[in-house]
Amino acid sequence: MQTMPSTLPPFTLTPALPELVLLVTACTILLVEAWATRGERRPEALARPRAAGYVLALLGLLTAAGLTLFVGWGQSVRAFGGLFVDDPFADLLKFVTYAAAIVAVIYSRQYLAERGLMRGEYFALLLFAVLGMLVMISAAHLLSLYLGLELLSLALYALVAFRRDDAVAVEAAMKYFVLGALASGLLLYGMSLMYGLTGTLELAAMAESLASGVKNPVVLAFAVVFLVAGVGFKLGTAPFHMWVPDVYHGAPTAVTLFIGSAPKLAAFAFVMRLLVDGLQPAVADWQQMLAVMAVLSLALGNLAAIMQDNLKRMLAYSTIAHMGFLLLGVLTAEVEGYGAALYYVVVYVLMSLGAFGLILHLAREGHEADAIDDYKGLNARAPWLAALMGIMMLSMSGLPPFVGFWAKLAVLEVLVAAGWTWLAVLAVLFSLIGAYYYLRVVWRMYFDPPHSLEPPVTGQARALLSVNGLAVLALGIVPQPLIALCLQAMRATYG
Amino acid sequence: MLEGFGILSLTIWVPIVAGVLVLLAGGDDRRADGVRALALTGAILGFVVALPLWFGFDRTAPALQFVERLPWIPAYDIEYYLGVDGISMPFVLLNSLTTVLVVLAGWVVIQHKVAQYMAAFLIQSGILNGVFAAVDGILFYVFFEAMLIPLYLIIGVWGGPKRIYAAIKFFLYTLLGSLLMLVAVLYLYKQSGSFDIFVWHRTPLALSAQMLLFVAFFFAFAVKVPMWPVHTWLPDAHTEAPTGGSVVLAAITLKVGAYGFVRFVLPIVPDAAQELDWLMIALSLVAIVYIGLVALVQTDMKRLIAYSSIAHMGFVTLGFFIFNPLGIEGGLVQMISHGFVSGALFLCVGVLYDRLHSRQIADYGGVANSMPRFAAFMMLFAMANAGLPGTSGFVGEFLVILGTVQVNFWWALTAGLTLVLGAAYTLWMYKRVIFGPVARPEVAALADLDGREFLVLLILALAVLALGLYPQPLMEVMHASVEHLLDHVAVSKLTY
Repeated sequence: MQTMPSTLPPFTLTPALPELVLLVTACTILLVEAWATRGERRPEALARPRAAGYVLALLGLLTAAGLTLFVGWGQSVRAFGGLFVDDPFADLLKFVTYAAAIVAVIYSRQYLAERGLMRGEYFALLLFAVLGMLVMISAAHLLSLYLGLELLSLALYALVAFRRDDAVAVEAAMKYFVLGALASGLLLYGMSLMYGLTGTLELAAMAESLASGVKNPVVLAFAVVFLVAGVGFKLGTAPFHMWVPDVYHGAPTAVTLFIGSAPKLAAFAFVMRLLVDGLQPAVADWQQMLAVMAVLSLALGNLAAIMQDNLKRMLAYSTIAHMGFLLLGVLTAEVEGYGAALYYVVVYVLMSLGAFGLILHLAREGHEADAIDDYKGLNARAPWLAALMGIMMLSMSGLPPFVGFWAKLAVLEVLVAAGWTWLAVLAVLFSLIGAYYYLRVVWRMYFDPPHSLEPPVTGQARALLSVNGLAVLALGIVPQPLIALCLQAMRATYG
Repeated sequence: MLEGFGILSLTIWVPIVAGVLVLLAGGDDRRADGVRALALTGAILGFVVALPLWFGFDRTAPALQFVERLPWIPAYDIEYYLGVDGISMPFVLLNSLTTVLVVLAGWVVIQHKVAQYMAAFLIQSGILNGVFAAVDGILFYVFFEAMLIPLYLIIGVWGGPKRIYAAIKFFLYTLLGSLLMLVAVLYLYKQSGSFDIFVWHRTPLALSAQMLLFVAFFFAFAVKVPMWPVHTWLPDAHTEAPTGGSVVLAAITLKVGAYGFVRFVLPIVPDAAQELDWLMIALSLVAIVYIGLVALVQTDMKRLIAYSSIAHMGFVTLGFFIFNPLGIEGGLVQMISHGFVSGALFLCVGVLYDRLHSRQIADYGGVANSMPRFAAFMMLFAMANAGLPGTSGFVGEFLVILGTVQVNFWWALTAGLTLVLGAAYTLWMYKRVIFGPVARPEVAALADLDGREFLVLLILALAVLALGLYPQPLMEVMHASVEHLLDHVAVSKLTY
């Protein structure tokens, strides 16, 4: 049973301090930007890199991280009249979100500057997206959950289309927007049905009401279907995955990097808040649906990834498979399973940042370095970068001694312990298929001859990328701290 | 057991650290000589730190020795738990020695990315020691899977023309098996609440569960051994790998599969093993006879030796699944012997390949004229491969056949065919390559062994002879553990 957080008076702002800081920072960036470019009409002047947004965004994120860490870390409080909850799960997830956003911002700096995208709006949108994630992570109410989701989604639509002259990116944004709006519609419909059933939008109260018996199980089943479909869309799991490959492929790589990292944490929080906080009594309904979605995602993601020639697109399909794996942890409906899923998503974000970070690092003006063939013979040209990419690929495929193995192991362990052994067998068989396309990248880099022997022109984030890669290795050799952290956060929240 | 604490860790980490140092030292190939020296030092050091295992080993105790036990991931009860018994200890030594030989074998031939080549072998060596020393199921699994990575790179980067196909095939084939094993390991954890392999030995299991576990473990280990019909990755991998890679594959990696059968299958699912012994024996006999015939028609020397490996490993699995001490000890001795003999034969082919860049039997002939010393060494190894008394190849095969006769005469007779087939394919290849008229002017101009090659083959020749003439020390090491294992297998887990 869930531990009850203490409730604060409605207008206590302390629990939401990080969110407020980010809101203020984002608005400040917009103002500074407007001030700096006032009266300017020439496009080349507007495209000139302006570092103010970059610096302010980093400062804002760092401050928010500090506030989360030092103000009320690990406590469970409910605030704003039941709209907002700050528990250990939220604290950990928020902290990782800032970290991922900071890393994403640093990785993208040069890429953005070279393409005339280094503008205040970019960072303001990014911070709004982060703000949306934080609201989702802390949502205790369907209203705040939905608000956070929309804030995140709208910022992401704009970010995907940030390169207005790029037809592919605009098409991706359009697709993302239309499907996203559809998914929001499904969600809202499901939410309204839930309201009709339980008479409340507050998640905890909803769970209580469901636990005391449902008059109309058919309506409940319909509501759960709509909600799970919405969840599936936001996570990007099959059969609601259609937007993922196009958005990953079409968006500027810096945006793909961002979309592939922090929003996954928020999507996971979305699953937890909605299904576990709000719909725990209906577990029998959503468990089956999650199982079907997980299997479909693993199958489709892994099989489709084999056929991709574009690394971004391949990683998009691999994301679908990873999110399917994540659902396996959730569907056990046990605290250990939630802990394993949390660990999985944190590890996934770490690997995803590394992989897309390397693509960014190798990209330069006029050359996106996103075709798998671009990596031919990389080992001969830049052994260290090839090694880092190799680590990311092997870790994503779940091979020890990299951290991706432990993430998969944690999920499989709870799956087997909960009696879903057949699902575990299916999951490992699809991992085998997955290993093929990850290995294909390794073989391009190590076995194939290079196009030229010149070292590639690369970006400046090499040190951070090295730390990222070595973290994937080090956390694989000493996995205990991160696993314990995730399990403790989940036990403290749901134990 | 504080005495000898840390030795197993050293055998694992010394080569790995040496490998990392080699990588750091040799960014490009201009510093290749220093890199080679450093790699050799690391390999020798790795062998030296493993020696106390042999000298400090208590031959009367069946229990684990040199135990190290530290919590690793307390959240899932996973421990850094190492230890060796009489079954696993010899393999640590074999592996550490092989690494030295492999580093020497790649001394001149590898001129391209030397540091990465040497580092891959050193890291591989540490990982393999980990496989044999791990007592925690997950720790074992980590090493078991991690060893695929260096070998994948070794085959793919330094291999022959079809290397990419071979590397991928090798990787996916072996990964398929090990992934199923992962689920089995997790299931055993659920049943027993521990990842300690020796706790699993005592965990009661229903027959249906045992059957499923058997299937999972079978895939993991049968692919590695490899048993017919899941052997098809091996000829490709062996043939395309560089000499060193073939040696490590044949001498050590194949043994991991057979070791898994002794460590996991026999004691953990004894009832399923008894139920399905007919299957294992049938597959082993097919490997011995059919693969022996396949070896006979090969035109590529490496492919021939690869098929002969499969046939010889058939003997090992046959020995394990007749459930008597002769069979198991024979199988184990055969594993060690095959490690030396097949390694030596691959090195011999490597010596020829380095000179003429051909592995085709037809391209040679009359090599004895230009390379007499080489011909003598290869004669010894060919005879050992054919199972000549006095060489190590005889001991294992003889013990297995002896053990099989006690169970079923016809099985023994079928297995005995190998003495004919093995002699046929090995000696026929030897005859075509070494004797006869000089086939080509290049063959006449061949240079005999240099000092380095001579040393490598000499070490192996001494090992083959020592094991053949006086196998007693090795059998003494194994005996107590094997007896203990068989006591265990004889007790059904169903009635607990």
